[in-house]
Order: sequence, then C-alpha cells, then structure tokens
Amino acid sequence: MQINRPKDLLTGVLFLAFGLAAMGLSLGLKIGTAARMGPGYFPFALGLLLAALGGVLVVRGLRPGPPRGEWPTLRPKPLLIVLSSVLLFSQVLIPLGLLLSTALLVVLSSLAGHEFRLRETLLNAAALVAVVVVLFVYLLEFPIPLGPSLRFSAP
Amino acid sequence: MELLSNLALGFETAVSPMNVLYCLVGALIGTLIGVLPGIGPVQTIAILLPTTFALPPVSALIMLAGIYYGAQYGGSTTSILVNVPGEASSVVTCLDGHQMARQGRGGAALTIAALGSFFAGCFATVVLAVLAVPLAELAFRFGPAEYFSLMLFGLVGSVVLASGSLLKAVGMILLGLLLGMIGTDVTSGAHRFTFGVPELADGLGFVSLAMGLFGVCDIISSLEKREKRDILKSKLTGFWLSRRELKDSAPAVLRGTLLGSLLGILPGGGAIISSFTAYMVEKKSSREPETFGRGNIRGVAGPESANNAAAQTSFVPLLTLGIPPNVVLAMMAGAMMIHGIQPGPRVISSNPALFWGVIASMWVGNLMLVILNLPLIGIWVRLLSVPYRLLYPAILVFCCIGLYSVNNNTFDIALTALCGLFGYVLHKLDCEPAPLILGFVLGPMMEENLRRGMLLSRGDPTIFFTRPLSLLFLVLAAALLIGMALPGIRKSRSRAFEE
Repeated sequence: MQINRPKDLLTGVLFLAFGLAAMGLSLGLKIGTAARMGPGYFPFALGLLLAALGGVLVVRGLRPGPPRGEWPTLRPKPLLIVLSSVLLFSQVLIPLGLLLSTALLVVLSSLAGHEFRLRETLLNAAALVAVVVVLFVYLLEFPIPLGPSLRFSAP
Repeated sequence: MELLSNLALGFETAVSPMNVLYCLVGALIGTLIGVLPGIGPVQTIAILLPTTFALPPVSALIMLAGIYYGAQYGGSTTSILVNVPGEASSVVTCLDGHQMARQGRGGAALTIAALGSFFAGCFATVVLAVLAVPLAELAFRFGPAEYFSLMLFGLVGSVVLASGSLLKAVGMILLGLLLGMIGTDVTSGAHRFTFGVPELADGLGFVSLAMGLFGVCDIISSLEKREKRDILKSKLTGFWLSRRELKDSAPAVLRGTLLGSLLGILPGGGAIISSFTAYMVEKKSSREPETFGRGNIRGVAGPESANNAAAQTSFVPLLTLGIPPNVVLAMMAGAMMIHGIQPGPRVISSNPALFWGVIASMWVGNLMLVILNLPLIGIWVRLLSVPYRLLYPAILVFCCIGLYSVNNNTFDIALTALCGLFGYVLHKLDCEPAPLILGFVLGPMMEENLRRGMLLSRGDPTIFFTRPLSLLFLVLAAALLIGMALPGIRKSRSRAFEE
C-alpha cells in the first residue's frame, strides 16, 4: 500500500493516541453535566476533538495519490546523547554536587557534536563551572550543594 | 493628566539603579541572542526564567521584556552582515540589508535599522500607555462567556503564525490544552492525568515544558544539521545616511511603525508576521519594486521598525486582557504567574508600579539599545565566531541548573528530558510547538471560564452567542479559521513563509 503523506499519517496516529488516552482517562473522573461540569468534562471533550482530528489526518495520510512528503529521518546520536546527559545530571546532582555534575554534563553533552576535541571540551567545562559557581552560588544564592554530600544513607 | 502621572510613576520605577541595571542586562542578552542564529527570545526566556526567581517581579519582567525587544535589534545585525537571520523576525531584513552590505552601505543599513527600531519602540511605548487603561476597563466588564470566546479567538490567531498544516496546528492547540489539564482540578480537587506521580499534582511544570520543547529540542535538531557560518568580512564604514536614503527611509519607518503597532496587538500577531507584512507593503507600494532585493533601504527600514513596534505592543493584550498574543508573550505570562501575578486587567490597579514600570523601562531600554548597539557591533560580530559546539553545552548547563532551582528538586530536570523527546517527535513530524504552549497557558483559564459561563446559564450554551462581545470574538475566530482554509489565502500564506 502506498502512503502518500507519511508525516500526516504519523501525526494522525499520535493525535489519535493522545485523544483516546485523554478520553479514557477522563472517563475515570466525574464527567458531570453541561451546567455542572465535573473534572472530566472538558478534558473528555478535548480528547474527542483531538482523536477526531487525528482520524482525519490518518485518512488524509493514507489517501491514494502521488507521494507528497517523505518519512522523517532520524539521527539517533545527538538525540540520545543530549537526552541522556540531561537525565544523568538530574540523577547525580544531589549525590555528587554542582561542580562535578556540571563538568559531567558539559563533557558528556559535547560528545553529541560533529567533532569532539578533548582539550577544548575540558577548558569549556572548567570555564562553565567557574561561571556557574559565581553566578548561581555567589550572585543569585541558589541553595544547591556544591560538592559530594557526605551523608551515606538517604535522608 | 492621569496618563502623565502614571508615566511618572513608571519612570520612577524604571530608572531606579537596580531596574536600569536589569533593563540593560536584558537588552544586552536580547541583543546577544538576537545576533546568534539558532537561539531566539523564546528559548532564552525559557532558559532564564528560573534565574529571575531571585529578583523582585518588576525587575524580572523588565529584564525579560528587554530580551524580547533587544532581540529585534540584534537580529538585524546578523541579517545585514552575515546574510543569516539571527531571529525569525529578521528574515526579510536579509533580502535588502545584506545587499546593502555588499554594496558597502552596511553601516547605513545598520543605522537605519537601529534608528527605525528606536522610533518604533518609542511610538509603541506610547501606544501601550494610551491603550492600556481603556482596554483594561473594558475587560472588567467581561463575563466568563466573553473571556472564553476571546481566548478561543486568541488560540485560533496563534495558528496564523504556525507554518505548515492547519490541521496540525489545531491539533497542537488541543494537545496543549490537554497538557494544561494535568494536575489538581481547582474546582473539585480531583487529580487529573497525574498517574499517581506526586510531583505532577501541581500540574506539568511550565518551565520544564518550555525548556524541553524549545531549549533541549532545538539543541538536538541543530546538532543534526551541519554547522556552517561564513561571515562577510566587509569593512564597516559610512554609518551616516545620505540625504536620499533618509528621504526614502523616513516614510518607510513611519509605515512600518504603524503597521507593527497594529499587528502586535492582534491575536496571533507579533514581531515575525509584522516584519513580513511590512516588507510586502513597502514592495507593493514602491514605484520601482524591482529594486527590492537589491539593496533598497526601504526594505530594511520598514520591517525593522515593524518588528520592534510589534514586539512592544504585543504586551497590550497580555497586560490588559490576560491573553498572550504569541508564544513569546505566553512565556511572559508564565513568568508573571510564577512570580505570583495573574496577567489581566487587575495588574494595572493592583500593581501600578509594576505595570507602568515595565512600560517606562521599554523606552529606557530602547534608548540604551540605540546608543549601545552601533558601538558594540564589532563585539557582536566577533561573538558570531564562537562555534556552536562550545555554545550548546553552556545552554544545557543553564537549563539544568535553572530547572533544579524552580522547586529545588531534580524531578523537573528529568521531566525536561522527556519533554525534549516529545518536542523532538513533534519537530520530526513538522508540528510547531508554539500553538501548544499557548494552549497550555490558556487551558486552565479557558476551562474555568467555560464552567462558570455554563453554570451561569444553567447549561445553556447559547450564552456564548447571545452576548454581543462574545459573539463578536467567536465570529472573528470563525472568520480567521475559514479564511486560512481558503485555497487563495493558503497559497499566499505558504509563499510568505518561503520568502
């Protein structure tokens, strides 16, 4: 089967899934009446509209005809590295403290670029750690632990 | 006169040493990110939002506003010198501005861009000051039906700006409205879509969503492309305008200012659409349209005045009606709410120093920008040579630390990674995130007004059609939606985005 608008199809599937999920979850809440709307009323209506729109996009994507548009192309490297460096930062900030976590974030995320130069990256990391300490800790006085926390058991 | 005493109060607030400093910081950051392609005011405001928590609300808003109009100044510099738009609102400036630079008139192009922006900024400040009080008084007479219809109109307006498919943009609005439902329902106290996660009980964090969709996602998609930047090493001489250039550009500045001031106020309006429209107006009204694209100074003067005027007048609907007309102002709305100020007609009466202070600071900021911009151009151009591979880790660091400081927990950082992934999927499907953010900001208010309206009418939906103002907004929204779906307008819309 020929799919002439792949991106419309995929968007439609996404909208349909979100719409149906919203409808399903709203049914678990009190719907109420038009005069006294419960917490589920508005989200159910939104979900219905979104699902309907998704349906239209799916049909439009599958409609036969000359191909218009192509499948999206993915390059997993920047996606995975950037996301995992952010996730890693969220996990290590409290145990390791601001200095180490920032350096880790800079070095790891730099791997996502087209070229990686170790010395340059380390210099960048050192400079950013310095900026961060001056700006966030001394000027803005954010309460963030600087170094590794010495507590061994979770608080 | 009341206006004068209000403005006096505003200037009193705006020229306090601390606020002048934050105004300057905002304007400089704005110019900097305006110069750098790939990072715009939306991303910057998302990234810097948490940083402003430590400031008093007035200073925070003054700084964030400075970023928006500062970016309009900076964006033109890159367009003219490098032929790469630093900002989406400076795309059309490339056409004639860069040609002028190639002909050795780059200095003149920069001068008219700065002077035009300054004139437009001054004018728009006055427009904002004059319109604010009557509009806010009008808004006080709005009932829930009027508010609901106005928000609907505003959301439909945001579709105008989104390039690409109309259906997708509408879907993004709905998706944004649904994401806005996450958290505790204020009326019943029920938890909605929280999946038992306690951190979601207060709703999906605005900062996490905005940073994920604009900060993290933009970095990922920029890294997929090859970096290329070639700077034209043209000598910058002749900042003075010739008599002819002055005669040509003065009316263009005036037209651009009026057009931008008007388009900034309308829903869906803002800096981007104004600069495009101003360019088209200049070209159509010219006796020699063929000179456009070859270094006609009117092609710089008109759009550059229009985008700055619109950047400022788009604060009118936010500060008086509580409706953000575009995504940058949606970010400002988020910033205000985080600082505990509900945008809307009450801001003027309950917080006059903040309201008039922000307005007066725009004039102060514009003055600083026009003085600082030309001497600093050398520095800005040198900054352009900072490679992206050094820049994006810095952006990530600011994002992550800022996110932690929102609630002093690391959940928001992890959530941002998830929102970044979501934004990446949307980006790959050519779905623009701007309508989603607007829907997210307006969602809870829309639901509340819908519920109150229906409660008042005892479940009769005709309340939205029988109240004249409400009907007017609905008719406008329908007309806008139908207009965009018509084939003729659709074609010219896609052409406008291509140009």
